[in-house]
Amino acid sequence: MKVAVLSGKGGTGKTTVATNLAYIMNAHYLDCDVEEPNGHLFLKPIIEECIDATILNPKIDDIKCTHCGQCSEACQFNALAVTQTGVIVFNELCHGCGVCSLVCPQRAIKEYQRGIGKISIGTFGKNIFLSGKMNIKEPMGGPIISKLHAYSNFNELTFVDCSPGTSCNVVKAIEDTQYAILVTEPTQFGLHDLNLAIQLLKDMHIPHGIVVNRSNGRDTEIKAICKKENIPLIGQIPFEREAAVTYSKGNLLVDEDPFERIFKEISNRLLHLLKVEV
Amino acid sequence: MELVIISGKGGTGKTTITAGFSSLSDSSHIKADCDVDAANLHLMFDYQIESRVNFVGAKLAAIDLESCIGCNLCMHYCRFNAIDKTIENKVVVNPLKCEGCGACKVVCKHHAVSLNDEITGETRKYKTKVGTLTGASMIPGAEGSGKLVTQVRKMAKHYSDGKEANILIDGSPGVGCAVMASVTGCKYGIIVTEPTLSGYEDFVRVHELLKFFNIGALAIINKFDINDKMTKKIETYCLGNDIQCLGKVPFDRKVENSINEGKPIVEYDDSIAGKAIKEMWSRFIEFCFKAEEGSKI
Repeated sequence: MKVAVLSGKGGTGKTTVATNLAYIMNAHYLDCDVEEPNGHLFLKPIIEECIDATILNPKIDDIKCTHCGQCSEACQFNALAVTQTGVIVFNELCHGCGVCSLVCPQRAIKEYQRGIGKISIGTFGKNIFLSGKMNIKEPMGGPIISKLHAYSNFNELTFVDCSPGTSCNVVKAIEDTQYAILVTEPTQFGLHDLNLAIQLLKDMHIPHGIVVNRSNGRDTEIKAICKKENIPLIGQIPFEREAAVTYSKGNLLVDEDPFERIFKEISNRLLHLLKVEV
Repeated sequence: MELVIISGKGGTGKTTITAGFSSLSDSSHIKADCDVDAANLHLMFDYQIESRVNFVGAKLAAIDLESCIGCNLCMHYCRFNAIDKTIENKVVVNPLKCEGCGACKVVCKHHAVSLNDEITGETRKYKTKVGTLTGASMIPGAEGSGKLVTQVRKMAKHYSDGKEANILIDGSPGVGCAVMASVTGCKYGIIVTEPTLSGYEDFVRVHELLKFFNIGALAIINKFDINDKMTKKIETYCLGNDIQCLGKVPFDRKVENSINEGKPIVEYDDSIAGKAIKEMWSRFIEFCFKAEEGSKI
């Protein structure tokens, strides 16, 4: 069972919620924020293996190539440019779809696995930790996220820490999950982006609940959204300067009061919702 | 001159600071909100939407069920698991997984696949008291955020007077295609970071990206008083890596008020964060002036 943790807006507390819940619920953890992974800082895993994450990119056989231009014409991403002397491949634009290889009448295109990042596999306590990290200068982390999911089909509960936003990285991170926790904050930015994330989860038919981080105790507008959209409020984590200090040092909140109690309540509510809604 | 404000880590305060700088800069300078996934900059000003245009940022495959014979060849060749079986033994495209590559169309022997333009978002021109703001609203789950960012920047250039466009860009978190599209071609990039372990790691990564693009890097440490040790670590890193540290902004609960009231923090006279951000803008102007003088020697 995979539970995604996403937000829309960056910095609302996705990693805080995902790591603290994974820790107290004895769950596995998957860091799908492959552009800027942070979960390892809090869970401090023992890494046992590091594997390459790759994308299939084309390689042109210059001897067979007749410069007909069909590959370039068929490519929807402008990743190939055909000149009189050869074909230039723009790897950073390539989506690894294989269309160029399919259309080449000379069968002059082979594909090879090019490294775009790394996947770390390890443990924290008795639980499994997986994290993806994209190489700088790479534009797309999607293939790394898909590989992370392929490596993590566990029976037990797994938290999937997502990147901010609502674009393709988030879609790839949540598409293999059965429930989603939306972490938000009681600000206009938080609300605006929360609505975008809710739209995405509805489109993908993933049941979801909300956790408010840096709660002011009232969270009136968030509660109104919960009521209007029939979304359960799983918990409210109060604003505490001390929490920011603890976080800044890379420490889990659940080692201290009042957060141990708060996260335990959230975990109980979550378990109940998983039984009922999934 | 194009200046981009990025962070690596989300939530460090990019939009707060961009809004502050927008308020302090000349209204002839165009502002561009390139955080197209989760665009917030316009919320910091009273705004009017002057124009909205649909943006086609990707292609989407579609199956004609009458022509489809259910041979599944398209499913076999689709590398994105974007084609599902239907109850009638035909196939259907999942629009959230489809990357618009057209492999299905290439292999289909029954002409059952079409590849169509997909509207991935909407670009907007806002009129605000701080001048023209270009931005976009991306459809949640859509592909091609980088392309939408490029369009927002094109619009900003189009609306600026003369050849020497002065554009202030609010970037997005991360280091991927949307950020790359936001930073490419900019003269300077200000990294807004926070004194946390997460913030520091992400700061180092996004700085690497600026170096690759040959963009002059500056830094602002936001909420610096949360952790003095981490603040010093960031300052030391800046010194050793040719990053101009513009300064430190203290944590200030008034920032939350400013976000909720839709007013840049620099417009609150009693805000310590607002005061710091004003100082930072002056330092940036001075830095640019000195850099300009230096390049003439």
